[in-house]
Amino acid sequence: MSPIITLRDVRKTFGPLVVLDGLNMEVQRGEKVALIGPSGSGKSTVLRTIMTLETIDGGEIEIDGESLWHMKRGSRVVPANEAHLRRMRSKVGMVFQQFNLFPHWTVLKNVMNPVRTVLGLPEPEARARAEELIALVGLQDKVNQYPGRLSGGQQQRVAIARALAFRPKVMLFDEVTSALDPELVGEVLNVLRMLAHEHDLTMIMVTHQMGFAREISDRILFFEHGRIAEEGTPEKVFNCPTNDRTRAFLTAVRQA
Amino acid sequence: MPFDFEFAKSILPHLLEASVITIAATFVSFAIALVIGLFLALGLRSRFALVRRGIWGATQFIRSTPLLVQLYFLFFVLPEIGITMPPFLTGVIGLGAHYSCYIAEVYRAGLESVPKGQWEAAVALNYGRSRAMTEIILPQAIPPMIPVLANYMITMFKDTPVMASITVIELMQTANIIASERFLYVEPMTLVGLIFLALSLVASFGVRLIEGRLVR
Ligand SMILES: Nc1ncnc2c1ncn2[C@@H]1O[C@H](COP(=O)(O)OP(=O)(O)OP(=O)(O)O)[C@@H](O)[C@H]1O
Ligand SMILES: [Mg+2]
Repeated sequence: MSPIITLRDVRKTFGPLVVLDGLNMEVQRGEKVALIGPSGSGKSTVLRTIMTLETIDGGEIEIDGESLWHMKRGSRVVPANEAHLRRMRSKVGMVFQQFNLFPHWTVLKNVMNPVRTVLGLPEPEARARAEELIALVGLQDKVNQYPGRLSGGQQQRVAIARALAFRPKVMLFDEVTSALDPELVGEVLNVLRMLAHEHDLTMIMVTHQMGFAREISDRILFFEHGRIAEEGTPEKVFNCPTNDRTRAFLTAVRQA
Repeated sequence: MPFDFEFAKSILPHLLEASVITIAATFVSFAIALVIGLFLALGLRSRFALVRRGIWGATQFIRSTPLLVQLYFLFFVLPEIGITMPPFLTGVIGLGAHYSCYIAEVYRAGLESVPKGQWEAAVALNYGRSRAMTEIILPQAIPPMIPVLANYMITMFKDTPVMASITVIELMQTANIIASERFLYVEPMTLVGLIFLALSLVASFGVRLIEGRLVR
């Protein structure tokens, strides 16, 4: 089967700054991939281009075998329109470092309203789906709280439930524990661990938690200067990195 | 400077009646300012640089020329090119257009006060632009705008006497007429001041109530 995500020669620049420099990357269906690497190497940008939060300046992104930014019209290939983008986005969910919950809605509404509005699910179905997911992340007693009253860890678990409610094929996690107090990291990682057992769910996570990356990923991608400098199984990348930069990075991270 | 309470008492009903015009002028001008302000704010976010620059230039122009001059222009110059409007209409359009430039800024600041992450979450959840705006962004942007807008309304209320200069018979103009008939200025002007003070205080108190509600 074709990869669920393919990036081919992707280029992204911000003015003079080249952030993704001809990046090639493939993620297989159901694969759990961790992106590691120094700050500014373009890890977040990769996730953001897949989510269409950033456009690209060159190359091609394919999701589920279809081009993200182009579509077929008859026999011609034309730039994607909003309908195409929305269909493509529906395959992908994203969780952010800063949670980005909607502060004017309760936990239940944060999870329920988007699927009601965007998918048009009838209220009872949307509610049932939301309640199930809120229970899955262990927050059934917080359904009627507003996000402002929750801890960072709890907010992040709601954000995960909110994205899962769309039943995406791919979940993107951008440093989802980096904004949390150390004692709250564990509860979020536990949710990710649980998701990692979902055979069909593809997970792409940017993380600085090396132990965790090693534990749950099938493959590690080490980024540097907007390219993959090294990749392989956790054993290979962590135990016998072939790239000097990877070695230096891992040493630095271990000492931190 | 003796204060003639009998005289004051006799003119108070006239002044109170006239303040209805002042209050009406305030509300109508404010409504006009809210609507024009919305169009200006939308225009300032337009895709077209020409529209953005044109509107920015116009708002700067209106903000840096006196309201009185603008009213004179509307009332005395426009008729020369064939546009004649009654005084009240001219007054509320002038006052409304003038304040719409400030109110556009309130809208802009309100929208920008919503963190970028909220838009990004909306995109990631596949909201369309207008749904994201109405369901996610505006419910967060509007509550903090309300006290600011209400304060602008109070400021506009205190600016309504400029309409006297284009013959709108509002509170100030009524007092003026009474005063110049008898050459007695102390009582009418004192009462005008007191009526403005009383209404402003009531309105400010209302704003504080709303603010307290919003903060919760
Ligand atoms: N909107 C933007 N405008 C200008 N520069 C940007 C923008 N977004 C990202 N960058 C720059 O692009 C580079 C890559 O950013 P990115 O966020 O992808 O890095 P990262 O690998 O996720 O780093 P970190 O580990 O710090 O999160 C950085 O130098 C960043 O400053
Ligand atoms: Mg990042």
